[in-house]
Amino acid sequence: MNTHDNESDDSVDTAATSTTYASGAQPDAPGQSDGPARSVPQGAMALAAKGVLPLLLLAALLVVFARFGPIGVFQAAFPPIEELSFERIAFPEPGQVRVHMVNGGPEPVTVAQVIVDEAYWEHTVAPDRLVNRLEDIVVDIPYPWVDGDPLEITIVSSTGVTFTQEVAVATQSPRVTGSYVATFALLGAYVGIIPVFLGLLWLPFLAGVSTRWVDFFLSFTVGLLLFLGVDALEAALDLAGQVASAFQGVGLIVLGVVGTPLAIHAVTRWGRRDSPINPLGLSALIAIGIGLHNLGEGLAIGSSYAVGEVALGTSLVFGFLLHNTTEGLGIVAPLARSRPSYAKLAGLGLIAGVPTIFGTWIGGFSYSPMAGALFLAIGAGAIVQVVAVLGRSMGSHGREGLRSPLNAAGLLAGLIVMYATGLFVAA
Amino acid sequence: MGDRQDEVAGQAQAGISRRDLLRSGVAGAVGLAAGAGALAGSRPEGAEPRPSGADVMQNQGLAGTEGDVDLDVFDPSAFLKNFDFGSVSELPNGQIQREYEIIAVDREIEVAPGVHFAAWTYNGTVPGPSLRCTEGDRLKVNFTNAGSHPHTIHFHGIHASGMDGVFERVEPGERFVYEFDAAPMGFHLYHCHALPLKRHVHKGLYGAFIVDPPEGRPEANEMMMLMNGFDTNFDGDNEVYAVNTVAFHYQRHPIEIEQGELVRVYLGNMTEFDVLNSFHLHGNFFRLYRTGTDLERYEWTDTVMLCQGERAVLEFTYDFPGKFMFHAHQSEFAELGWMGIFDVKPQTVV
Repeated sequence: MNTHDNESDDSVDTAATSTTYASGAQPDAPGQSDGPARSVPQGAMALAAKGVLPLLLLAALLVVFARFGPIGVFQAAFPPIEELSFERIAFPEPGQVRVHMVNGGPEPVTVAQVIVDEAYWEHTVAPDRLVNRLEDIVVDIPYPWVDGDPLEITIVSSTGVTFTQEVAVATQSPRVTGSYVATFALLGAYVGIIPVFLGLLWLPFLAGVSTRWVDFFLSFTVGLLLFLGVDALEAALDLAGQVASAFQGVGLIVLGVVGTPLAIHAVTRWGRRDSPINPLGLSALIAIGIGLHNLGEGLAIGSSYAVGEVALGTSLVFGFLLHNTTEGLGIVAPLARSRPSYAKLAGLGLIAGVPTIFGTWIGGFSYSPMAGALFLAIGAGAIVQVVAVLGRSMGSHGREGLRSPLNAAGLLAGLIVMYATGLFVAA
Repeated sequence: MGDRQDEVAGQAQAGISRRDLLRSGVAGAVGLAAGAGALAGSRPEGAEPRPSGADVMQNQGLAGTEGDVDLDVFDPSAFLKNFDFGSVSELPNGQIQREYEIIAVDREIEVAPGVHFAAWTYNGTVPGPSLRCTEGDRLKVNFTNAGSHPHTIHFHGIHASGMDGVFERVEPGERFVYEFDAAPMGFHLYHCHALPLKRHVHKGLYGAFIVDPPEGRPEANEMMMLMNGFDTNFDGDNEVYAVNTVAFHYQRHPIEIEQGELVRVYLGNMTEFDVLNSFHLHGNFFRLYRTGTDLERYEWTDTVMLCQGERAVLEFTYDFPGKFMFHAHQSEFAELGWMGIFDVKPQTVV
């Protein structure tokens, strides 16, 4: 018996229990005995062959299946399952409607006619009426839409299947002009940068309180981030329902939520190894997380503005300012015992705030549910990472972390404050 | 117009929870910006509420469909003037007998350019052939069901119970002969009466059945117009409306008539899912003969509405040449396909 050969393949448990294998309970053990005789390159090639074999068999199966297989079983005489998804309905100018669509279904779809508000309407389809799986089309409709009115667009396929989307308020779509770029930048500044900078002004206050209370505010930050993370995730899942099914909205979100923290982790660990993260690094991480979240926020704001769904209400800005100012507090909480330069502080504020502006630009000028879901998921994933790092740093150096009653209260307070200020935004 | 994607699609443009709320705040931000004068003329061009279009009337497009149906398969212009008088023979008692062959077949038809509908048809078309005879004729209708479901032919008119096409279901592959005397004179219908009735009718099993008065009607340019609709996505609502099946056909191919010529339209309503359908004639009035059972005009009007299964004979003469529209006076039906044009040619010889 040569149980030691297995050690490289198996986990450490193998070594611990090798005595049981020695009793002869491992049937394939004799076959392993010639293992050491193989040269290393041969072994690697054999291993590669083992890895590729299932793929080769799969390819062969597909060929056989396609040529001789019972495909007919899956091809019924019924109308095929057709799926065209609306990505964006734009109103580039008076008398013009432009519809962006994607075929997210299993079968090609042929666009036969277009109905606007229960009237067949002349139109053009580019590049082709036949839309293959995952292909995009643009439908241009010269239609005298009425500013401020709702509009319903229906695409009728060659099989009579209809795809309908209602636009709540038809309004001219923003074009990339100086005034729009400026307006969106201003919007982003109002909802992203200004509140964050206001929040940064809490730093002198934090510098004056005891360590116990600094931890309280860090816990508060964790609560705040959790709220934002869940919020972003919920919004992403909401959008996922509108993503063409072939693009798997939920899968995209899993990718964003899991992939983002892993990516941030990998990048921040690069060259740092196991040395503990410094306060400024932690603040920067929080700023990045909040920034990515704000990107998603800006995206939603820009797209809402673009489709005319921005309701009036100046008073709501105040609720909004209140709500997002806490983000600034979260960023500076780890710096309570540091003395960062003004430039570094401003840098942190910009990291967190400026993405809002980019978000409003993307959302306002070119928006799709898919991009929205992905950006929101990335924001949620960034927050997951930030919460993990914050939690770990609070638990280090003999501190109690979130287990202490005061810190638990801080976390809860963070959630409650976000909820309460959110009520003002909702008003 | 109900649709599969209504629910999902309704909010696709920007339906996001907290962001729903944020967006309300955004307007405030804009307002604030304007108030602060931070951006000169901060409301960007195009964001002002204004009527879209007043200045661009020339490029707003037209209601209608793109392209055309395959007219080699079914040409509504030909159907319009096509009446099936049957094969005529004289019975020993001197009565005229007309024999018709009707076969029910499943067939995909084109109800609007590029839009196909899995129909059930009489003789391969929707509507089925316009059967025509004279009051008192002996009618013999040889019906074969080559479809996939049981069907019948239920004729409107006066006849024996066993010839009513209701209880004698004709199974796929079977035959049935309907025999009765044509009565009363007028414009009637025939349609399948197998259950479920709604499905068998909206799938396309119907046609016109004209019983001419023994003395005939005045010489005229006659045409058949059966108003119908198609629920292509099976949501219980029609996506396509038309006369004689094809949306906007007579708009794409106007019906040519002559100035001063007597035109007679046999107008029937076989629209499923809607209580009523209607006909409105532009630039003219018509004499209305309800059900065509009386030679006295019922009304002089330019609009008539008909319940499902109701029909009327319309007679009119155009005084002016040019193009005149005719359409359902339900705007929705009109813009979903039930719209056509009479092209009145100037009288050449006076």
